[in-house]
Amino acid sequence: MTYMPNDQQFERGLRMRHLRGSVWQRFFMLSTIVALLALLALFYNVFDQAFGYVAEQYQIDPATLAPDGDISALENDGLTALLLEYQPRKIPVYVRDNLSVVDASQFTTLPLSQVLAGKTVPEEFADKTIRDLAPQDQANLLATNLSHEQLVQLVTTDVVGAEILESWDLTSSLFRRAEVEATAREKYPNAKFYFRSWINFDFLVNPGSSVPGAAGVRTALLGSLWVIAITVIFAFPIGVGAAIYLEEYATRSRINQIIETNVRNLAGVPSIIYGLLGLAIFVRALQFVTDGRTLLSAGLTMGLLILPVIIINAQEALRAVSNAIREASYGLGATKWQTIWNQVLPAAMPGILTGTILAMSRAIGETAPLIVIGASTFIVFDPNGPLSKFTALPIQIYQWTSRPQPQFRDIAAAAIIVLLVVLLLLNASAIYLRQRFKRKLQG
Amino acid sequence: MQSELEVGRESTNVKVITHRQGSAALFKRPRMSEELIRAFLFVCGALSIFTTIGIIVVLGRESLLFFQSGLVTLGEFFGSTKWQPQAGEFGILPLLNATLMTSAAAMLIALPLGLGAAVYLSEYAPVKVRSTLKPILELLAGIPTVVYGYFALTFMTPLLRALLGENTVQIYNTASAGLVMGIMILPTISSMSEDALSAVPRALREASYGLGATRFETIIKVVLPAALSGIIASFILGVSRAVGETMIVALAAGAGPNFTFNPFAAAETMTGHIARISGGDLSYNSIDYNSLFAIGLALFVMTLALNLISRAVTQRFREVY
Repeated sequence: MTYMPNDQQFERGLRMRHLRGSVWQRFFMLSTIVALLALLALFYNVFDQAFGYVAEQYQIDPATLAPDGDISALENDGLTALLLEYQPRKIPVYVRDNLSVVDASQFTTLPLSQVLAGKTVPEEFADKTIRDLAPQDQANLLATNLSHEQLVQLVTTDVVGAEILESWDLTSSLFRRAEVEATAREKYPNAKFYFRSWINFDFLVNPGSSVPGAAGVRTALLGSLWVIAITVIFAFPIGVGAAIYLEEYATRSRINQIIETNVRNLAGVPSIIYGLLGLAIFVRALQFVTDGRTLLSAGLTMGLLILPVIIINAQEALRAVSNAIREASYGLGATKWQTIWNQVLPAAMPGILTGTILAMSRAIGETAPLIVIGASTFIVFDPNGPLSKFTALPIQIYQWTSRPQPQFRDIAAAAIIVLLVVLLLLNASAIYLRQRFKRKLQG
Repeated sequence: MQSELEVGRESTNVKVITHRQGSAALFKRPRMSEELIRAFLFVCGALSIFTTIGIIVVLGRESLLFFQSGLVTLGEFFGSTKWQPQAGEFGILPLLNATLMTSAAAMLIALPLGLGAAVYLSEYAPVKVRSTLKPILELLAGIPTVVYGYFALTFMTPLLRALLGENTVQIYNTASAGLVMGIMILPTISSMSEDALSAVPRALREASYGLGATRFETIIKVVLPAALSGIIASFILGVSRAVGETMIVALAAGAGPNFTFNPFAAAETMTGHIARISGGDLSYNSIDYNSLFAIGLALFVMTLALNLISRAVTQRFREVY
């Protein structure tokens, strides 16, 4: 006999079933909310660290050095004069760390024409070593060859000696301001107490530094832009070419199927493996071309990494182009390549570009391969070509985050904001491009 | 005549047609430039194969050098619980164990929450809510992993320490790295599962409602089983991403191999170890250098297997309607 509930039992059962349904519905909704909260927490955490009160102490008050205490208003000569006055013994060290292109062990023995190759050196000093020069002449070398920002940074760290003793997060700076200020005044009676946005103009234009208050992302940002440029120049034509081959030319032959599966598998390989590949191939085996751990090696490694992403996206864009366009073009007597170049590619371009920009935003945030191929050295020079040593934005974030001093966490947060803004700009331009092309094709 | 035809073809197309007499000119002629372009495009496509070969050759060659060095045997590599290069101990187990622990913690978060979010978005959420929430969730997928590493170290770890006590939870620990990794993978799982759920035809749901099932019963007994292949594929892909993830573990899980099952203790994963050692001054042709590639090979094989399984699951068990 089959079980047949009476009305009362059925009603109770139905209520239970609905109850169970609504409990689970809550769970499903809750998981979505948790995910959103995680995103919120992530942004909150970054902004919480990137702003807040700090207690900063000077060794020498900048007000005694420059009018209104504004160091950056001084000219290069004025800045080197300060260095000469307060740090006379360190002038050759500055030359070595910021200008010399030779190994540190040869710095004092080689003539200046070699030590400072490519820099401006007065002719009468070309054959002399750095030790032969009077301190004033050494300082002049700094004044003519260093940028204003670099000199300001040197004066700030080494003459003014600004040191941030403690920093507070945004939450306590906003809601417990009085308490924070009282603690600061008591603990650091001589320090200057002020609200600091760790992300500011100086942060964008200053090169890296071992002092958190003076460090900036200039070198890292330029490094990232160089890497991404090389990556795209390398990966875009090849990726689009491969996609055209797979979509327009390939028959269902064995080799083509292997290529197709292979691209999909490559997209799933962890990025650190690409780092190992880049280390063995570009940094070591092709050292005579890439000069080792340089921007070129990094760009090529990243190129291999995003190649599958570009191919897959471009394939989808090409597939979306209606066959009628191809057939109309053939009908007018165009060859296969003429059809692809004049009809299919322009129609697929918005999709291809969007896919490429999304691939770029992946590449700009990738850290692991860059660490493996060796970008993590401390660099304060602007990169000046594909063969220069470099650091990149995510590398800088990684380095700062892994340091024990809490102030480095603050500038890491500021650097994260810079990185996120770059990503936002990239994605916004992808959307803009897509819209623009769409209108053009329709209009 | 012939030369004039050639010239005409170069300048204008109209001329070609007027000069063509007889149908012979209309037969397909081989065109050098077209073939060259085709060959170039083929090379572009084949480059992806060279990349794969490159990965296998590089990892294989250096791993071979590693095992030929005489310092370590295959048995020790997979059997020893100590990774101490200075002492000549190269057992991958502590690194592998840490990788599995962080991945397990990640899946503990990403699996229920990712699937829950997918079910909510595909089955419950009104269209408007869904079209707003989906891109926001995808934002999570676009955030660089180094930012997640920062989040793990400066938010999750202090949170865990505040909740469970500073004596229980070390500053660097696998739990915090794993939990944040779960948040990172969540959008992958939710977005792929949501696609699988949305692909289940309406007719199945309506038939189920017609038989008197509640919405929840329809989801559990009809929609989820129908979408199972896609959901499982998303899980496996999630595990593969967790195993290969580097920056979160490099920042938050700890530096130094440690064979422990305590999720609140520091331990270094395979990826974390590669990142830390290669980040320092590393001399080529040293055993340390070679050992990185042996770890890399193990990692590559693991993720490749996971990816292949994920693809096979989607293809084999896909329900076709």
